[in-house]
Amino acid sequence: MQPECFQICREDNVATLLRDAASATDIRVIGEAAHGTVRSIEPICIGHKIAVVPVAAGEAIVKYGFPIGEAIRPIAEGEWVHLHNCRSRYDAVSSELDLQTGARKETRYA
Amino acid sequence: MPDAKWVGYLRPDGRKGVRNLLLVVYTVQCAQHVAHEVVSGEPDTHVIGFPGCYENDYAIRLMLALARHPNVGGVLAVGLGCEYTQPERIAKAVRLSGRPAEAFFIQEHGGTVTSISHGKQLLADLRRRAADFPQTEMSWPDLIVGAECGGSDATSGLAGNPVVGRFFDWLVDQGGTAIFEETVEMIGLRSVLSQRAADAVACRQIEEAYDKAEEYCRSVRQYSVSPGNFAGGLTTIEEKSLGAVAKSGNRKIQGVIRVAEQPRSPGLWLLDSVPDSNFMQFGYTNPNDTEGIIDLISAGAHIVLFITGRGSVIGSPIAPLIKITGNSATFRKMSGDIDFNAGCVLEGSATLETAGLSLAELVRRTAAGEATKPESLGHREYFIMYKHQNTPSLEEGCRA
Repeated sequence: MQPECFQICREDNVATLLRDAASATDIRVIGEAAHGTVRSIEPICIGHKIAVVPVAAGEAIVKYGFPIGEAIRPIAEGEWVHLHNCRSRYDAVSSELDLQTGARKETRYA
Repeated sequence: MPDAKWVGYLRPDGRKGVRNLLLVVYTVQCAQHVAHEVVSGEPDTHVIGFPGCYENDYAIRLMLALARHPNVGGVLAVGLGCEYTQPERIAKAVRLSGRPAEAFFIQEHGGTVTSISHGKQLLADLRRRAADFPQTEMSWPDLIVGAECGGSDATSGLAGNPVVGRFFDWLVDQGGTAIFEETVEMIGLRSVLSQRAADAVACRQIEEAYDKAEEYCRSVRQYSVSPGNFAGGLTTIEEKSLGAVAKSGNRKIQGVIRVAEQPRSPGLWLLDSVPDSNFMQFGYTNPNDTEGIIDLISAGAHIVLFITGRGSVIGSPIAPLIKITGNSATFRKMSGDIDFNAGCVLEGSATLETAGLSLAELVRRTAAGEATKPESLGHREYFIMYKHQNTPSLEEGCRA
C-alpha cells in the first residue's frame, strides 16, 4: 500500500507519516488541506514528520498552522524533520536528546 | 440529538447527577485497606482517600469537592484515629450539602474485621437514604464534561484530540459546559490561548496561568514531553502543546478555575492544576494521568473524556471515564478497554464533524446510565497528593 502522510493546515510545511516510508518513496499527502504527493529522500517512521516544501535555516517549522520550532539548518523537501534539524523555541533540553529513542544522553546511571 | 433528554438525580444545591453513587473517603493511608474492604462487593460504591497523616488544605478541599460531586448521593468517611484530617468534619460538610454522611475511626471499633462490618452496616443505611434523591430530567445545558489526554502518540494530535475538540464546540453550542486542563502542555501558546478569552478578565487569568506554567517548566528544567513522545515523532513541546490544546476545540474560553472550583457559567473553561508558590514547595503538576482526571472531576465534571493514542487501561471513580483513541491499531488491540475509535478520521471513513457527533451520542448514552468500558471493568483509579494552591478558603468553589 502506498504510504500516506497527514497535513493538518494549508500553511504547514510538514506532514505526519501514517505508515513507515522507505527512502525515495512517493507519499500521498492527505487531510483537509492535502495536495498531491511528496517524495521521501530518506526512510521516515510512522508518526514522524516529513518536509512537504523546502525550509531555510532559521525559518519556522509550521504544523497546525503555528510554529512548532525552527530549522537549525536548511531542510530539503522530502527530508525527515526531527530533533537533528528542528529546535524548540522554549525547551533547550530537547536538542540534547538521542535522535532515535528521545532519551537524555547526559543522564548518569552510575 | 440537541433536544436529547435523560433522567438524572437532583441534589439540594440544584445540581444534577448522572449517577447516584456512594463514596467512601479515607483520611490516612493506615485506613486504606479497611476502606477498600468496606466497599468490596458493594454495588455503585467507590473509594477515594488521602495517604498523608499531616493535613493539607488542598487535599481536603479536593476531597470535599469530590464528596459533594453531583454524582454522589452519600458518603462514609473512615479514619484510623491519630491523623490530622478529621473524618467527622468531612461527614459534617457533606451533610450540610443535603447528602447523608457518616464517619468513624477504626481505633474506636476494635480493628480490621469489626471496622469492616461496622462500615458495611453504615453503607447499607446510607444506601437506603441515598435512594430518596428525586429523579429529574437532564439535558445538554445541565452537563459538564472534562477532557484529558495521556499515553499520547502522533494520532492524538491528528485525530483523537481534534474529534474531542469538535464535540466540545458542539456541547458549548448546546449550552453545556466543557473543561480542559494541562497548562504545562500549552507551552508556546500564550497568545493562541489569550486570543480565545471571552473577556478581559478571562484574558488576564489565562495569561497568569500560562506564565505560572512556563515559569514552573523553566525552573524545574522539565517540559511535559517524554522520551516516548520524541521516539514517536514529536519534536518540540510546542508541537505537543498544539496537539494537546486541539481537544479544547475553538470556542471562547470563559476563564480559569483551580482544582475543586466549579465553572461559574456554561461554556468552555481552563483548569489550572499547577502548584502556587508556598514555603513547603510541594506538589507536582500532572504527575500522572489519574491526577488530572481527578482534578477535572473535582471541578464538577459528570463525565471525563480520556484520549490515549498508545493505549491506557485506567478508569476513574465518581464520574464515568470514556476512553478514546485516534489510533485504529490501538483500538483493535485494546477494544475491551477503549470506548471510541477516532482513528476512522485518518482512514477517511469519517470526518472530524461526523466523528464529533458520534462521540456526542456516546456521551448522551453514558449520561443516561450506560456503563463505559472502564466502569464495567471496575477501574476506579484515584490519586490525591500534597499540593498547595492559593484559594481564599476551603469553601471556595466547593458548592455546599
